[in-house]
This record gives sequence, structure tokens and C-alpha cells, in this order.
Amino acid sequence: MEVTGAQALVRSLECQGVDIMFGLPGGAILPAYDPIRSSSLRHILVRHEQGAGHAAEGYAWATGRVGVCMATSGPGATNLVTALADAYMDSVPIVAITGQVPTAMIGTDAFQESDITGITGPITKHNELVTDAARIPAAIAEAFHIASTGRPGPVLVDLPKDILQAQTTWSWPPTMDLPGYKIPGAPDKSLIEQAASLIREAKRPVLYVGGGVIKSDSSAALRELAEHTQAPVTTTLMARGAFPDSHPLALGMPGMHGTYAAVMALQECDLIVALGARFDDRVTGKLAAFAPKAKIVHADIDPAEIGKNRKPDIAIVGNLAETLPAFATVMRAEIDANGPVDTAEWVALTDGWKRSYPLRYNQDADGPLKPQHVVERLSALTGGDAIIVAGVGQHQMHASQHYSFTKPRSWINSGGAGTMGFAVPAAMGAQIGRPGELVVAIDGDGCFQMTAQELATCAIEGLPIKVLIFNNGFLGMVRQWQELFYDERYSEVHLGTAIPDYVKLAEAYGCVGLRCEHQGDVDGVLEKALSISDVPTVVDFRTHDAEGVFPMVPAGRSNDDLVLGPEFSAAEQQAATRKEVIAK
Amino acid sequence: MTTHTLSVLVENKPGVLAHVAALFSRRAFNITSLSVGPTTDPKVSRMTIVVDGASTPVDQVHKQLEKLIRVLKVTELAEDEAIERELALIKVRVNPELRAELVDLAASYRANVVDLGSDTIVLEAVCSPGRLDALLALLEQHGTCELVRTGLIAISRGDGTITDDSLELAMASA
Repeated sequence: MEVTGAQALVRSLECQGVDIMFGLPGGAILPAYDPIRSSSLRHILVRHEQGAGHAAEGYAWATGRVGVCMATSGPGATNLVTALADAYMDSVPIVAITGQVPTAMIGTDAFQESDITGITGPITKHNELVTDAARIPAAIAEAFHIASTGRPGPVLVDLPKDILQAQTTWSWPPTMDLPGYKIPGAPDKSLIEQAASLIREAKRPVLYVGGGVIKSDSSAALRELAEHTQAPVTTTLMARGAFPDSHPLALGMPGMHGTYAAVMALQECDLIVALGARFDDRVTGKLAAFAPKAKIVHADIDPAEIGKNRKPDIAIVGNLAETLPAFATVMRAEIDANGPVDTAEWVALTDGWKRSYPLRYNQDADGPLKPQHVVERLSALTGGDAIIVAGVGQHQMHASQHYSFTKPRSWINSGGAGTMGFAVPAAMGAQIGRPGELVVAIDGDGCFQMTAQELATCAIEGLPIKVLIFNNGFLGMVRQWQELFYDERYSEVHLGTAIPDYVKLAEAYGCVGLRCEHQGDVDGVLEKALSISDVPTVVDFRTHDAEGVFPMVPAGRSNDDLVLGPEFSAAEQQAATRKEVIAK
Repeated sequence: MTTHTLSVLVENKPGVLAHVAALFSRRAFNITSLSVGPTTDPKVSRMTIVVDGASTPVDQVHKQLEKLIRVLKVTELAEDEAIERELALIKVRVNPELRAELVDLAASYRANVVDLGSDTIVLEAVCSPGRLDALLALLEQHGTCELVRTGLIAISRGDGTITDDSLELAMASA
């Protein structure tokens, strides 16, 4: 059957099982937009291509499926760059389709030409400039295969206008031609057995759980493993929700703004079992001083992560969807043979740390509104039964710290790239992927203003996301660093709380706008916002402008130098130092 | 300098060199040389990449290259198990009194005279890396005025070939 390249593209997407895509048309991609009209694809018209990219990411985070975004050549494509870089850092499976100038004009500095495959080479898992219409089905099939298998990531397919207009013969499925693409096979069971004996020998084991556990949907097996090994569990920023925060073995988030118990447990343990984690600098602090006494078991799907930052004693390369159930089974057999693992003394120690040095803040009844309080009330009112989306900065850390996560895929944020402006469009994508569920974006006033235009998209598409702006009038995290490390010399961080008027802005975008300035009003306002199910809701929480995020490990310092923060006395801080802990 | 030689088989498709170059840039890997050419299979090209092991983690280079979709196979060739050669074309200024000495020097390194000018000669030398450096140092005394080197290429000694195992399987299943 004869079709155009554009028709082949749309049919390929349909055959690939795509039902939602996010995009914005323009000159070079125009041919693709014509067959979309008569296709089964639901195309969400965004207001800025960056929003399409983050929406595709939010959709992928929330559903585990591949998110799809589309843009035209030149600026349309370059507007996707931030989202692609974000997806690459956080291993989010998305496929980006971009228009390109006609093949004969490539290299001539034609109108809206940019070398998008060259630009995105270092920030995509793969990309391709397609130069033959007959290759379109294979290019699309390969893009989805590469994005979603192995360590997931973004793939870009660049389609010149003449290729979209050319006639070709349609057939499906295409033959994929990927002789160099390697997906790790099954994990080596003997290595898992060796890891189990290391756990048996360990006195102080910790599970260091990363985003790979979420991506491989292996939370249930993780829980089994944790309960068999009786090892305390830390969940990184990418893994919040992989293990319930209410579980007795849960220590919360490790790293720069991690809980004291999680940070100290990693520093003091004698065995780290790293599961789908990459020893990121925000987790390890100064690498040479990280977990100095620990042996390392590192299980990951990406062989290049093994030994990249910390050399493991045992490396188990494979998909955690296979590794974790196998690990749990081996550990079960080990226990059946040799009796339960006794970590009672170690767990009692970490429990003591949780009690002595919890996340602490001070909310006076008539004092300034604290962001932590809003998160805690949201957590209580939703019972963990919501999808929480965050941007980047103080609000993100407060959300991760104070929301009590109960299940995987209920936390979506920009981890590795630290992309401000992520939350609103990502929430949009999550809401489309999981209609009928409660999607709450927790955002900062700085972040919100970077991508707020997608509220229009949400309102028109009837997506009832909630956006809770923690409006402290500052680029708060930068302000905090200037306070601590630049002697309170505040430089270009003050945004002001009054402009824009977020309530009016919300209303102008067809959303409900609410404002909350006092602690006593938080529950009422949240309940009202959570009850609205037909349009998006924006809440302007006027939060304390001098509130910091604590605990904190100063950048580049050892995790031993964790600062508990102003709510702890000097004596408490002194008693909490690792030297004192070791002395005890 | 602790150099490591990687032989990399890649698909002969547009954009492959760009992907490899982007990887080296993105990961701040330092490379000493890179040479590319066709193989006996028209669908496959071979790159020889020499990495400075002192400034660059060779294990990471190897693993990150393996992750590129168009890369078929990466093999590190140990120095004592490989034949390493580099071609250089060297234009040297000639002092008439020293011409005989220069030609003798070239001959002792099996370098051919491939062009004769009124004041210069062009030598073609094919050497292992250390030997080429030695020749260049000696020629420097005569006055080397232009130099072009291909970068190192290498092949394993003995009967084994780079395509022995996994590659053929991968190509067959595709």
C-alpha cells in the first residue's frame, strides 16, 4: 500500500501502541500533522515545546510507558533540548520526533534549520536523521525499542520535510536493524549467592535503593529482600516510593538533604547493597569519604555504572526485574538453611537515630507559614494516595522529605538534571497517563514561572492537576547557599511575592486560584483544592522566605559533616557527629 | 605515558563518528589519536582509538563506547599482543652537505623518499609508535618543516580475529 512518509510515521506510532502525544506544529513537521487529524492518536497541543518534552517525561514516569513528543525543526527542536537532557540524566523513556528542513537544504543554513541530531547526541540514548521514507517504520520501532529497554532513555528521530512528503510502501512490523544494541541478559545467580553470603556475614547492612527499582517495577521484590535481610532501606530522590516510608526498616532519603538516619547509616554500615543506584555526588558527598567501612554489592542494568564512582566487591549486571526476585529467593533459601539474619542491634541503632534526629521544623500557630507543614498536611490529607510532582529546589527537597510515600510511581521529579520548570508540564503528562487519579504538583515560585503557560493546556484539556506554589518570593535554594556560603550576600535571588498575582494568573488561565497565608487555613485550602475535579487548581502558599532545607551536607564535603540545622541545639549537633557516634 | 589502544567496530552509517566524538567530549575523555577506515565487510568500519590512561579511565571509555547503539564491538589490544603501526609523511629541509646522511638515516628506519624538492625532501615512514618518535627526534636536527601522521592502527598477533565471537552472532540475529 502506497503512503506518504508522514502517513507511515503516524501509522507506525499507532502500531507502536501510542495513544497520547504532546507537541506543537511548525513548518518542517507540517506534513506529519495532516494525517494526525484522522488517526487514533490524541495529540495534546502544548504552549511551548519544552512543555511537550516534560509532559512526555511525566507520562513515562507515571505509567512506565514511553512518552512521545513532537516539534518542528530549528527552534521547535531546540526547545526540546532541556527535556531530552533531563530524560537522559534520569533514564526516562521518551521518543522525540522532530521535523527537519528538506534533505537538499540540510547544511545550507536554511530557515529554521538546526543540526538537532548533532546537538542532542550527548543527551540522548540514541538519535537518527532519517533520509529515506521507507525507513520510517523501522526508525520508529527502533526508537521505541531503544527508549524502553535496557537502561531507559530518550531517543530522537529527525525527519526532513521531503521525507515526510515522499511516497513509500507501507508494511508493519518492520525489521529492526540494531546489531550493536546490547541489552544485559539474566543476572548471574552465583554472584547473587555470593552477595547473599556477604549479607549473612555483615553486621550492619544497608539497602541503597535507586530509581532502577521504580523503572523495573520491582518494589514488591525489594520489600521481600529487605524483610529477609532485615537491612534498613534508604530510598534516593529517584526512588522515593519504592519502599513505603512507614515501614519500620525505612530510613528515608540519603544524601545532601537526606535524613540523619539514612546518611549516618550509609557512613557507618559495613555493607551497602546498591540496587539501581549510581553513587551520584548528591548521595555520596565527597566520594573518598563515603561509607568508608562498607563493602559494596552493586546491582544495575548498566555495566558502565559499575565502578564508575565506587568500585564494588560484587557487581551484578542485569535488569532488576530479574535480579531482585532472584535475590529475594536466594535470600529466602539462605534463611531457610541458616536461620534468620540477626541485625537487631544495628536496626536498634538506626531506630535511635531516627528518634533523636528526625526531620524537624518549627511551625508557630501565628508565625510564618512553613513549607514543611504544607507538605505534611498534604501527606496526611491524601494518605499517600496521590501522585506528587516537584520542580527543583527547596520545595522539591521539602516534598521529598516530608511526604510519606506509600507506593512506587507516586513521586515524579527532575533529579539528575535539576531542571527548574519541570513540575507543571510533568504533572500534565502524569494526569493524562493516569486520569482519575490525584496529581499534585508542588512547585516553587521561581520554577512555576518558567513553564506556567502549560496551565492553559491543562485547562483546555480538562486536566484537574493541583499546583501548590510555595511562594517565598525567592529563588530559595540559591538564597540558602548565599546565606550559608556567601556570607548572606544575596545576589539576584529576590523575585518578590506579589508579581505576578498567582490567583489572578490562575483565573486568567481558566484555573481555580486560591491563596493561603496562615497555618490555620492550610487544611481548609488543601481540602478545597483537592475536591476540584474539572479544572486545574493553583494555590499560592505564602511561605516563610528564610526557611532553609535541612539536614544539609555542604557541597563537596564529607557526609560526616552533615548539618542538622537551626532546630537542633549545639549539643545535639555535637552528639550527632560521626566521631561521637563511633565513640559510642 | 600509559596509552591504551581500543579497536572499535562500528556500523558504517552516517552520524557514527559524530556519536563517538560526542561521547568523548561529553565524558571529558582524552584521546591521543583516532583513525577510521573500512573493513572487509562494507557494512562495518573500524576505528582505532588511542586513549591516554593517565588522564582518562579506560574502563569507562570501553563501557561507554559499548553503549553507543552503532558500536558493534570494542576490544582493547594489549601492546605485546598487537602489531601497531602509524604512517607519517615528513617534509624535511635539506642541507646539501647533509643530504647523504639524511638518506642513510631514512633508510635505517625504512622510510622512503617519496618527493624531492630543491630544498626539501618528503619521507614516508611506517613505524611502530616508539620508533616513529625516535625517527622524528633525529629528523628534527635536520629541520622538519611539516609533519602529518595517520594516527595509530593496530591488529592482534596470532590466529584470532576481532570478529571471532559475539559480533557475528549479533550481525546474524539482526
